[in-house]
Formats: sequence, C-alpha cells, structure tokens
Amino acid sequence: MELEKKMLKILEHDAKISPKTMATMLDEEEAHIREVLAHLEKERYILGYNAVVNWDRFGENGVEAMIEVKVTPAREVGFNGVAERISRFPEVRSVYLMSGTYDLSVVVTADTMKEIALFVSHKLSTLDEVQSTVTHFILKRYKQDNFIFESPQEDRRLVVSP
Amino acid sequence: MSNMDKYVSKTVQAIPPSGIRKFFDLVSQMEGVISLGVGEPDFVTPWHIREACFYSLEHGYTMYTSNQGLIELREEIALYMRRHIGVNYSPENQILVTVGVSEAVDLALRAIIEPGDEVLVPEPSYVSYSPGASLAYGIPVAVETFAEDEYRIRPDMLEKAITPKSKVLILAYPNNPTGGIMRKEDLEPLVEIIIKNDLIVISDEIYSELTYNGEHASIASLPGMKERTIVFNGFSKAFAMTGWRIGYACGHPDLIGAMTKIHQYTIMCAPIMAQKAALEALRHGETEMRKMVENYNYRRKIMVSGFREIGMQCFEPQGAFYAFPSIVCTGMNSEEFSEKLIMEEKVAVVPGNAFGAMGNGHVRCCYAASVADIEQALDRIGSFLSRHRKG
Ligand SMILES: Cc1ncc(COP(=O)(O)O)c(C=O)c1O
Repeated sequence: MELEKKMLKILEHDAKISPKTMATMLDEEEAHIREVLAHLEKERYILGYNAVVNWDRFGENGVEAMIEVKVTPAREVGFNGVAERISRFPEVRSVYLMSGTYDLSVVVTADTMKEIALFVSHKLSTLDEVQSTVTHFILKRYKQDNFIFESPQEDRRLVVSP
Repeated sequence: MSNMDKYVSKTVQAIPPSGIRKFFDLVSQMEGVISLGVGEPDFVTPWHIREACFYSLEHGYTMYTSNQGLIELREEIALYMRRHIGVNYSPENQILVTVGVSEAVDLALRAIIEPGDEVLVPEPSYVSYSPGASLAYGIPVAVETFAEDEYRIRPDMLEKAITPKSKVLILAYPNNPTGGIMRKEDLEPLVEIIIKNDLIVISDEIYSELTYNGEHASIASLPGMKERTIVFNGFSKAFAMTGWRIGYACGHPDLIGAMTKIHQYTIMCAPIMAQKAALEALRHGETEMRKMVENYNYRRKIMVSGFREIGMQCFEPQGAFYAFPSIVCTGMNSEEFSEKLIMEEKVAVVPGNAFGAMGNGHVRCCYAASVADIEQALDRIGSFLSRHRKG
C-alpha cells in the first residue's frame, strides 16, 4: 500500500517517469514496479495519463465553460444518475458534485461558443432532472493541474557554484 | 593599466584562486550545457516564504534590526534547534543571525583564532574554511578523509593532524562535496580527543535537513560538547533560500558575544527582509521542506545507480545533494576530466580538487537537477567513459 501510494504521488507529479527510474527511486525491482503499475491501471486507481497543453501557443481558439447546474436528485440514485448521464457527453471534460448554491459543476469544451450554447440548450437543459443552468465562459487560464501558464521555468542559477 | 598587485596584502595574495571560479569562466560561455556543477537547490524559495517577505515590505519593515537579529527569529531558531538537534540555546545571548553561514564561518574564525593557531579542516570539504582560517591569520591543516570510510573523520586521522597549536576543528556534515555524514556513533570517538586537546568545534550543519537515512546528529548534543561547539545552520539549502543570504550561529554566550562584536561593526545586522522570510520558513515551512528533501532523495538514488550502471565507482552519499564519483578509471586528474567532459559532452561538473587536494580523482555532481537532465547527463558521461576508460 505504501509503495502504491508513493508510485501514485510520483506519477501524479510526472507521468513520464519510466518504470526503471521509478524502481531506482523507490529501491524496488523494475519488474515489480511494472506489475504494480499494471495493477493500478487495471483496477482504475490510475484512470489514464494526459498532457497539460497550452493551446494558446498554437493560436487555437477553442472555448471552455464551467456550467453550474441545479438538479432534482432522483430516488435511489440521488445525484449520481444524472451526473453519470451528463458525464457521457464527449464535450464534457469534468463533472463535480458541489456543496453550496448549485449541485453539479460541469466543464465543457468546444470549438466555438455557439456549440457550447447548443449543448446547454439542447442536451443539458432538456434532461428531466435539470432545473436550471448558469454558464460561465473561461476567459484565460493562469494555472492548471499545478502548471502555471505564463511562468518561464528557466533555470536562473549560476552554472557552477561552490 | 599599471600593476597594483604590490598593494594587495600578503595574506590575500597567498590565498589560492578558487578552483570553481576558473571553471565557471570556462562553462559560462557555452550553450546547451547540462550543469551538475551547481551548489544550490533547483527549487525556487517556496511561495509562502516569498509572500511573507512582500507582506513585510508592504508594512514598512525596511529598517535595521538588533545586531543579533530579530528576537522573534532568534526565539524561533531556539525552538527549532531544540526540536532538530535536542540542544537548548537562549535567544538572548546564544544565537546570532548572520548573512548566510558564509558570514558565520568568517566571524567564528576571526573571533577565535590568534595568529599562527591551527585550524583542522576535514578534506575534501567546502571551499570557505581554509581561506577563512588564513584571513584570520590562522593556519589551515587538513584532516584527511577517505571514500573507504564514507568520508567520515577517523579518530586516528584527527589525532595525526593535531599539534600543540591546534585550536579549532571544523566539522561539516552532511558534507559538501562528498555527501558523507557523521552519525552519533561516528562523532562519539572524536569527543575525547577534542576535549583532551582543548579544541573548539565549529560545526557547519547547513545540510542537516538533507540527511536521507536516519537522523542528523549534532556534536553539540554530545556530553561535554555544547560549550565548546559553535553550530551553524541556515536557510539556503533546506528552504531553498540561497539568494536571501541568511543563516545563524548558536553557541556559548562568550563565543557568540565575540562574534557579535565583529558582526556589529562589519555587517551591523542581516537584512530584515531576509529575517522576516526566515521567520516564515521556520514557522510554516516544514511541509514544503520535507517535500523537497524527498525529491532530492529520489534523485540521489537515480544518480548513484546511474553512475554504477556506467561503471563509475561512487560512494553512496547520505546527505546534502552531491555525489562524488571516482574518475580514476580514466587515468585523468579531476581538472582534465572536468574540462574534457565539458568540451566533449557539454556536461559541467566540479573538479574534486576544488575542495582540497584530497578531492583529486573525483568530481562533484549535484543532483539538484531535473530527472531528465540527470538521466541525459549520465548518458553523456557514459559515452565519455566508453571513449576514455583506461584498462
Ligand atoms: C557546507 C556549506 N556551508 C556553507 C555554505 C554557504 O551557505 P550560506 O548560503 O548560508 O552562506 C555552503 C554553500 O554552498 C556550503 O556548502
């Protein structure tokens, strides 16, 4: 368990660390690390790996919105039923159940604002459980998943020092 | 321009030029270099510490402090020292806040040494001690340490170096450049020798938080040693605060008082911004510091196992953030090796003899670098070795 946690911490920080390097870091055999990794993936402790991309550098103007959704929880499944349904739409990046004045926070990406508007009016609002939505478009990203966008990570140290 | 050398004091002229400076000039003109030659963390100071400094500036903390440093900071240092090494120091008269451990080294040596006194300096070790001793008109005397002993000071080697003129023993563990440490059981046999020869110990423990297997031990915590030991510690390494220039010395009121006398006339006080930041580091910096240490430990293992894989002998460092592999398999001396390596493979390391003659045959490689850089550097050193290995 300790090992698994340590591996997950390392990967959460840098998913590109190779099993060989990780084996060295944790004083384990590489084969064992590979086994544990396979187990973590199979059992869905690790859901996947993705890159944090700065699309602005490409001049791509995709849009992203956070939508506050108020829903009526259903008998038996509570919020889960509707949350899972919403999660299935490919344009939905994340879905969170929230405390406070609304219930679900839904993050949606698309190429244009219009597409998002259509998604909200045609797909989201038309679900029976959905009472209301408030759509907030993201204007600029400063930090995402630990990475600061405008921070040059250059090494400012002297190349040789005592 | 006319030659003004003759006006420079003999004492200063006699100090050899820095082996690191020379190398720096060579490397700094090149591009695409991976540097394992640095002597500082690759982390920037944690944000909450920087933020505390902004806050203090906004609130107008831009003045002198008392010579010894802010009392709140000294109180916090006293608590820290009790937790960290189990020794009680009074914030009133046993703690002095300095401009880095660098200043503390200078102060202590000047406060203690009479002209001609001998200062025992373990070798290899950090570059400041011997020049510091010379500038105080003392005579540095090497105490040799060896890879076979994991660079610990052996009692017999210490006794061999002692003469009737010996007055100060410098301890610097965890050690720069070797990564060696002295555990409690390694320090204990030295105590009797130290007391018998009436030595004062200067213990530079700036890397003490960067101890990877087990606990750091301070000689000041051993029976009979608190009085005759001045302990140095600082913020540069553990809290990634090299540029702030802040450290401290703890010891007997008479010795700290003597150091304070010099400090008050030469420096006045450490900068208040750095003192405010240091206060934040001690109060709230533990979690981030532990994370950084864990990170160094991972990279320590990557570097050491990498050296072994490419067939380089490397003592496993137990502290600080340096590895000190042997380069004897190339038949080159440290400077040749380092120069060729930078020219042929663009990897910068520091020649071991920059840390004293005992460092020859080794190079210092700092693992406060990204994993990607470490692995790339190891690859390059590997191909360098395959071309230059003798026998
Ligand atoms: C052993 C040792 N002591 C002291 C120092 C200097 O520390 P400071 O930044 O506190 O002056 C260094 C810096 O490299 C060091 O390696």
